[in-house]
Amino acid sequence: MNELILVFIMALITFVTRALPFVLFDHGDHPPKAVLYLGRVLPPAVMAMLIIYCLKDVSFLSPGGWVPALLSCVVVILLHLWKNNDLISIFGGTILYMILIQAVFV
Amino acid sequence: MKRTVRAAFRATIPVLMGYLAIGIAFGLMMDAAGYSLLLTVLMSVTIYAGAGQYLGVSLLVAGASPVQTALLTLLVNFRHMFYGLSMLEKFHGMGLRKLYMIFSLTDETYALLSSARAPEGVPEKDYYLAIALLDHSYWIIGSALGFLLGSALSINTTGVDFAMTALFVVIAVGQWRGTKNHLPAAIGCLATLLSLQLVGKDNMLILALAMIAALLLALQRRMPADE
Repeated sequence: MNELILVFIMALITFVTRALPFVLFDHGDHPPKAVLYLGRVLPPAVMAMLIIYCLKDVSFLSPGGWVPALLSCVVVILLHLWKNNDLISIFGGTILYMILIQAVFV
Repeated sequence: MKRTVRAAFRATIPVLMGYLAIGIAFGLMMDAAGYSLLLTVLMSVTIYAGAGQYLGVSLLVAGASPVQTALLTLLVNFRHMFYGLSMLEKFHGMGLRKLYMIFSLTDETYALLSSARAPEGVPEKDYYLAIALLDHSYWIIGSALGFLLGSALSINTTGVDFAMTALFVVIAVGQWRGTKNHLPAAIGCLATLLSLQLVGKDNMLILALAMIAALLLALQRRMPADE
């Protein structure tokens, strides 16, 4: 029972964090200019943030700590610039990463 | 309808891989901690947050208090408060569906939606909803699979969660090519690296987002209005 209460709280708070911008700025009339501006320029900044967050465990103490993740990222970028196909870039990079951490840098 | 789902499915395949991987990890944690399949699925249906649910397992195990649970959940999901800002116009006019769109605005769905363009002949809003629903279903399926398969899972899936990193990279490359103004991306990089140095891995996102928002606002006048 106690678990259900905690799960309910987690669900509620998570929803509140996602709903807040809509509660504040979504009233039918136009949201403030600064808010629309932030909404427009945030995605590239957030994507950069999420990428770095995904790479936060990279360590330069040994090659195994950085080569798999960083090399795979470079390969994703190169594949994407070359073929411009999301799936090829993502599969290519992920398969390379899995091989590197499972077989090369064990 | 069929075309919409097919188009959305294609767009969400990277999230399918990523969510199965991290969903399975969540299911494994719940199984190891001795909770039921029902509670595992209930959490993935109602909370629907990766890092938030990982934290959730430890809160449940520790028997945390409601206040503690609320505070930690707020901290972990704080970044979501900024995502809606980019979706105010996209979700406009979606009626009741908007509630679900807001509920399901995870990192990955945000990433897909912020660069999503519905293919010709596919209604835009239906396309967004299909993306959100498919992503959510992958997450639920992943957690159930992880719970059921437990440690019996014999294929070595270590590293498959890199699909998520790759998805963010691919979207960033697309964004980079779509604009001449690379200042926001540069600010995102610098602020996050600085935040990682200052406060470390566990709390980096909140400070990073605060710095990003402050810098972007401060530079508003100097930002070229492209598009």
